[in-house]
Amino acid sequence: MIAALDIPYWAQTAIKVAVALGLVSGSAFIFAYVFLYKIMSHMQSRLGPMEAGPHGILQLLADGVKFLQKEDLVPERADRFVFAAAPVVVMISTVLLYVVIPASPTLVGADLGAGVFYALAASSLSVIGILMAGWASANKYSLIGGLRAAGQLIAYELPLLLAVVGVVIQAGTLSLSGIVAAQADGEIFGLGAFGQPFVLTQLVGFAIFLVASQAELTQAPFDMPIAESELVAGYMTEYSGFRFLVFYISELATTFAFAALGATLFLGGWWFPGLDTSGGLLSNLVGPAVLFAKIMVVAFVIFWVRFSYPRLREDQLQTFAWKVLIPLSLANIMVTAVLKVAL
Amino acid sequence: MAQLPGLIKGLGVTFRTMLKPAVTIPYPHYKETPAPRARGVIALKEENCTVCMLCARSCPDWCIYIEGHKTKAPPRRAGGKPRTVSLLDRFDIDYSLCMYCGICVEVCPFDALFWSPEYEYSEPRIAELLHDKDRLGQWMETVPEPPALEAGAEVKGRGKA
Repeated sequence: MIAALDIPYWAQTAIKVAVALGLVSGSAFIFAYVFLYKIMSHMQSRLGPMEAGPHGILQLLADGVKFLQKEDLVPERADRFVFAAAPVVVMISTVLLYVVIPASPTLVGADLGAGVFYALAASSLSVIGILMAGWASANKYSLIGGLRAAGQLIAYELPLLLAVVGVVIQAGTLSLSGIVAAQADGEIFGLGAFGQPFVLTQLVGFAIFLVASQAELTQAPFDMPIAESELVAGYMTEYSGFRFLVFYISELATTFAFAALGATLFLGGWWFPGLDTSGGLLSNLVGPAVLFAKIMVVAFVIFWVRFSYPRLREDQLQTFAWKVLIPLSLANIMVTAVLKVAL
Repeated sequence: MAQLPGLIKGLGVTFRTMLKPAVTIPYPHYKETPAPRARGVIALKEENCTVCMLCARSCPDWCIYIEGHKTKAPPRRAGGKPRTVSLLDRFDIDYSLCMYCGICVEVCPFDALFWSPEYEYSEPRIAELLHDKDRLGQWMETVPEPPALEAGAEVKGRGKA
């Protein structure tokens, strides 16, 4: 979209970097405030931060500055280069996710033909960063955390992918914009005006997607890689200051990206009854707001589960993925495929 | 699958808690009124104290410091012998050590120690949590009236009339 305007290449790049940084950190701040500070507090029958600014909204500033003040520690026996590179790798995987999610017909970083494939591939990149962090810290807890994360992310990558395949079959395209369009053009019992969000037909897929993304994001009840009570924060044990902050921001921003992915695949993305799928000013203005509202709904479910459940055991986690989720998602694909051909 | 109803119930608990008002209150702006007989701080009624040391000796973490000396008081009746009494020189409670068990209040045979519901006496310096007998005496103003006796109960003690 920016390429259409007549501005030099360096300015385009600068604008893109600024937008990407603003989006990633902005979404992380929104999630930290709305969910970690407020919703979590109210679910535990307390108020959360109230002093800094109205309803504690400036608490983020205080916490961010606190991280910047901390000493940047590197363990003596750590592999310094890998140790420093690990948060960057995790952050890159997060930023890559934002590229393909369409916020309106034209507001999309890159409308890839295989957008779904790309998003799932980019999201699994973070496991490399986590393994790097766990290994380079020269700390047994970090190493255990890193290996747990690797095992968990590999196990839950499969159901995540297989759950999305159902949507792809139904939409007949791998492009995220195409999937949004397919939902907008769909019909419920012959009524075309409301579109057809895939959550109606792919309810099982949506449930599997939510569970698997919960595990991908290493949020409770699947937070064994960072289990505070067992592994003292796992692969993040040795990180302090800004590097810890990068891990934290990318964790929240990845949650945002996954919620956006879920909203796009299952809830109709930026589309809302009455909006034009082919473009236009109204769609470009209202689309991002609609997508944001849907993201907040999906994220609320993710965080709601996170705040409600205790941690699973490692073997329960693997059993759940391999014996329940993967067979279930395979069956879902079978049924979807058969119905797609039959109907 | 057998766990599913429990999992859904758990989600319901957190959701309902979220909608209810929080049980905590933003403290310096709003204050809870403590229960009238809450254990906030211990007050000293100095004229009742006989320096018997029972409270100091029964204190589990030794946070009561008492010093006193003997002196002669005038006789009760004209022509009588001067009485020997103990005078309180020092009575300190170190609230940085006190664990609010209330054994000293229970054990005091002369009703010199009382519970007060007052709780706002935090200090920036730990040494200032040592309340001397003047400070402990000031807390007496905040001690609530004892609850009324049951109907028919006799008032104990000398000088009933």
